[in-house]
Formats: sequence, C-alpha cells, structure tokens
Amino acid sequence: MLLALAATALVALALLSDLILPRLAAAWARHRARRRRTPSVVYDPGRELRAEQRARALLRSCVNEEEWAMYRDLGFIRVWGAQARRSADLDRSKDPPYAYLIYPHRPLLAYVPQTNRLLNEYCVAFPDQSAPYGSELLPDSDDVLAKWMALTGDERRVISTANMHLPGRQLDPAQVTRDLWRLTQWERARLRNAGGPQFSTNIDPS
Amino acid sequence: MKPGHGEVLIAEGDVDVAEDERLLIEEFRRQLDAGLWAAVPMTGGRGKREARMIRSFEDIPRDAERVIFFPRAAGGR
Repeated sequence: MLLALAATALVALALLSDLILPRLAAAWARHRARRRRTPSVVYDPGRELRAEQRARALLRSCVNEEEWAMYRDLGFIRVWGAQARRSADLDRSKDPPYAYLIYPHRPLLAYVPQTNRLLNEYCVAFPDQSAPYGSELLPDSDDVLAKWMALTGDERRVISTANMHLPGRQLDPAQVTRDLWRLTQWERARLRNAGGPQFSTNIDPS
Repeated sequence: MKPGHGEVLIAEGDVDVAEDERLLIEEFRRQLDAGLWAAVPMTGGRGKREARMIRSFEDIPRDAERVIFFPRAAGGR
C-alpha cells in the first residue's frame, strides 16, 4: 500500500514538474535578488558641501569678475543674448535687445533689459546619465556654469534643446521683477564705488 | 563636473609632448563618446569672458589651459 502511494506520488511529481520547476526557479531568483547587496549611496551633506565649494571655485575661474560678484551677491548671473552681443559689436550705441538670467537649477529666463519685460522661460537641465554618486543633479554652481558655457558658447543649440514656456511657469514673475530691481541697484552701487557715471531707471520693484 | 563631486580632474598633460597629446586625445574622445559636452572658457573680443564649445580635439586652442566636460543639455520640466 505504502509503496503504491509513493510510486503514485513520484509519478504525479514527474508529471507536474513542468509546472512546478519554473515557479520554484523564479521564487529562488526573487529570493536571491532580495538578498543581493546593492551599492547604496547615502546622502552626505559634507560631500555635497565640498562639491559646491569646488564648483564655486571653478565658476569663479571661468566667468569675469562682474559676473562672479553678481552670482555671489544676488544668486544669479545675467548673460546677454548672442544677437545682443553681435549688435553691440556692430554698433555700441545700440542697447542689447535681450538677456538671460541664470539661476541654479531653475529655467533660463529671457527678458528685455530696457523694459524688464519677461520673454520666456527655457527649461534646461544637465542630468548626469551615469549618476553614480547618488544624485543626478550637479552642484548649484556647476549648474550655473554649465548654463553659462552653453549660452555663451552655443546659445542656439541650448535654446533649441530647452523646453520653452511662458514666464511664470516655474519662476515667480514678481520675484524675477524684484531680482531685476536688485540687479539695477547692485549695478548702481558698483558704478558709485567705481566712480563711474550714474544712470537712471524706470524700474518699479513692486 | 560630476554630481556630488564638482570638478574632477580627468587627465592632464602637455600637448607639445606626443605621448601626452595621445593620452589627451583618447580621454577627450572617451568623454565625448560618453555623451558629455566640452567647452573651453576663454576671453573673447573686448575682454569679454565666454566659452567656446568644442566638438573635436583640433578645435581646442593650443594655449587653452583646460577643457571642461559637462553633461549634455536636455529639456527640463
């Protein structure tokens, strides 16, 4: 009797093995995957701070003194548009038609310097696809430098890559207007300190 | 430029030394093949600071002190 039952069980197992074995193999693979040690990179504020310090030093060594001081004091950099640079080269009496504000990890903002009218937001990012360091975001100052290099080196290319939006999508227009007013005050103060000519503006920070 | 690291020195050498130049060219191509953009900060006309985007090793000015590699731009949200 016992022998018969054992033989029946063996036959049943053999017949069901096609169904059971793949499930067992999959369960074993899942178990091994859960147990596998994966390299985890924890957020390290000290490392991020050191990275930012290196990034600031690199940015400072690349941009001019005025742009560095602007970033240090105001938290953004203004870059004139390429067309502005060309027209300024041709006729220095002409005012540049447009410029960009570069904020870290925020869109590029195009505006008209004469009127402070906001034109567009250009959403652009510099993601590190390899991302082996826990975050795919560059340090703030590296992000600013990447935008600065891309804009001054090949404005058309980076603008064509960016996603364009109307002002106000990510950057608060009131805050940007305030920043432009701060920029005007900051430039006035620099001119005063340098003993240069005074100029007036019709910017209303409110 | 690397997330979490900032500036990382990849390679250095003297382009006037053949062996150094070969290594620099190899490293330059490796970075571009990895999808990075390359730029050289320089002083343009009227003393203005600007960057020159570099697409081949021959584009690098011989007197350039450094080439900066940074992630390729992508449309952001």
